[in-house]
Amino acid sequence: MYRTPVHTNETTARNGHFSTAGSIAGVNDSPARLPLRTAAAVKLGNLSSSLSQKMGLGAGGMIGGRVALKLDPQALNRLTQGRRVAVVTGTNGKTTSTMMLARAVGALGEVATNHSGANMPDGHVTALSKQPDAPYAVLECDEGYFPAVAGASNPAVAMILNLSRDQLDRVGEVRTIERSLRDAITKLQNCTIVANCDDVMVTSAAWNAANVVWVATGTGWHHDSASCPRCGNPIRWQGEHWHCTGCDLARPHPNWITADEAMITPEHQKIELRLTLPGKFNQANAVMAAAAAHAMGVRTEDAVARLRGVSNVSGRYRTIQRNGRSARLLLSKNPAGWSETLTVVKEANHPAVLVINAQEADGRDLSWLWDVPFERLQGRTVIASGERATDLAVRLTYAEVQHTIVPDPLKAIDQMPQGAVEVIANYTAFRDLNARAAADE
Amino acid sequence: MSESTIQIALVLPDLLGTYGDFGNAVVLEKRMTWRGIKAEIVPINYGEPVPDSCDIYVVGGGEDTAQTLAVKHLREHPGLQRAVTKNAVVLGVCAGIQIFGESFTRADNVTHPGMGLIDSTSHAGGSRAIGEVIAEPADGLFAGPLTGFENHQGRTVLGPAARPLAHVKVGTGNDGSVEGAVQGRIVCTYLHGPVLPRNPALADMLIEWATGTKVAPLDLPAVTAMRAERVRAAS
Repeated sequence: MYRTPVHTNETTARNGHFSTAGSIAGVNDSPARLPLRTAAAVKLGNLSSSLSQKMGLGAGGMIGGRVALKLDPQALNRLTQGRRVAVVTGTNGKTTSTMMLARAVGALGEVATNHSGANMPDGHVTALSKQPDAPYAVLECDEGYFPAVAGASNPAVAMILNLSRDQLDRVGEVRTIERSLRDAITKLQNCTIVANCDDVMVTSAAWNAANVVWVATGTGWHHDSASCPRCGNPIRWQGEHWHCTGCDLARPHPNWITADEAMITPEHQKIELRLTLPGKFNQANAVMAAAAAHAMGVRTEDAVARLRGVSNVSGRYRTIQRNGRSARLLLSKNPAGWSETLTVVKEANHPAVLVINAQEADGRDLSWLWDVPFERLQGRTVIASGERATDLAVRLTYAEVQHTIVPDPLKAIDQMPQGAVEVIANYTAFRDLNARAAADE
Repeated sequence: MSESTIQIALVLPDLLGTYGDFGNAVVLEKRMTWRGIKAEIVPINYGEPVPDSCDIYVVGGGEDTAQTLAVKHLREHPGLQRAVTKNAVVLGVCAGIQIFGESFTRADNVTHPGMGLIDSTSHAGGSRAIGEVIAEPADGLFAGPLTGFENHQGRTVLGPAARPLAHVKVGTGNDGSVEGAVQGRIVCTYLHGPVLPRNPALADMLIEWATGTKVAPLDLPAVTAMRAERVRAAS
């Protein structure tokens, strides 16, 4: 079997610690032998990735897969054959929970997994090509590509985190996404769906699946589910319970429950989470990952012990030191994400740098800034930053949050008082800031 | 200055709040309170009756199913229609322009009755109009240009009783030529951004209609800078 001669730094760093020992029933020690065409496509794809990296063109996360898919459109299907695959999708928390799940599944054997941003089929093919012998794969998947990826990769587990408004000009409306996930899930055979039952949209998408594990995450953005995605009638909430007033859609009884800093397993065992990552949202990600890992065949204690160690997800949550400032970098891409992040930064009243771009990958329409409760930052030292700092400044003005404008985020950090600073950035703003901060270190 | 509190009805934010249009109500409220005019936002949620006593009604954009439900609710609880006969000021954004009209026809060719507040009909266009819009306000209604972000499938044809809000320079608007509608004290537009943070002169026009008094200029440097940036980016 072909083995890739060059591992990228990123892949080695990310996957180097995964155990390569052991297998469970039903999983081959190595994936199926690749047809000649796929093998050649993979070989050329890997070559492109490593060239792209060596020439400094990119991280090599997508180009290899793009080349391989051009040469063999069935590459994703062939590369997943014989592997036990988990696919992770949803609006927020995909990268973090994919990393948690990959760590947890590492208890069983080598795991092929894609990295941040490369969550479309070319990224999946790149990741699988680089680890052709890994018997397990954990794939982060863009919501829009879920039907195609799930259809091609025959997953054993599909984890559906949450669905809320995100980049409406690019991704489309939430209900359209819900309907396409619902159709795709109905077609999956022998797949366990791990779904967040505190999210009306996710529950609807997974409602008809043959095999569902429901997870109460305790998190939910309710602003996109006033009306039932199935019949349009109002959804009524009573505490954590909800039901549709027109059809039988209602919050299912959860199998796994996120409690305060802990989780309760289907066997009613309470396990302390003790995560390195902050916030309720990451507790929800961890419990979803533990439930999915369990469905992949990992003992829960092993899964939790492993995912606790996740601390820095492609630069997210990491702290950079600059001229006496200790700046924590947080990524938030849409109203639900920002709402959660503003909760995370609430406890300490640290100065905050908010960084907003509106490139293609962010969504060009910044209307969503008005769905974020920036009013919570009143009284704090705030700098509006990023390519669209003035749009943010208008929002902050009307939220009556005192602020200054410094478009360059690193300069914005330097203008803060010495000590702890929170930096919250949306997608490309975060990506660019993180790369610049890494280059400075 | 007005003695009584100006009530801004935020109509069905749970159904028609997809594109941050809640911001329109915030801008109206702040621009009044900062000038010493008492104002408050009154959210009217799905399932609740619609009062006819508010001074300004703000209706946002929403997804197709939500839009159908919203029009059903607003026809069953016709407080907004009664308010219009009492000269209330109304801002309808995106879905608003479609549901306020005589009818709207979806991509599936099903025609839904509108609320009949505006002499217009809407139908699905061939392609979705997405992007920045620049338009010149019609008849010097307010200081232009009108700027915003559009994201809609619908195209709207105005009848003789409605006149356009603006003439399109960049973007699509109703039909590639005109944008929005004005009929009595009802203003409709396809533009998000939201539209009132982007266009303070339009916000002040609605405030002047509602209060019956001229308002003093309000200097917000961030708003001036953002408008200049958006016009540059779109041109």
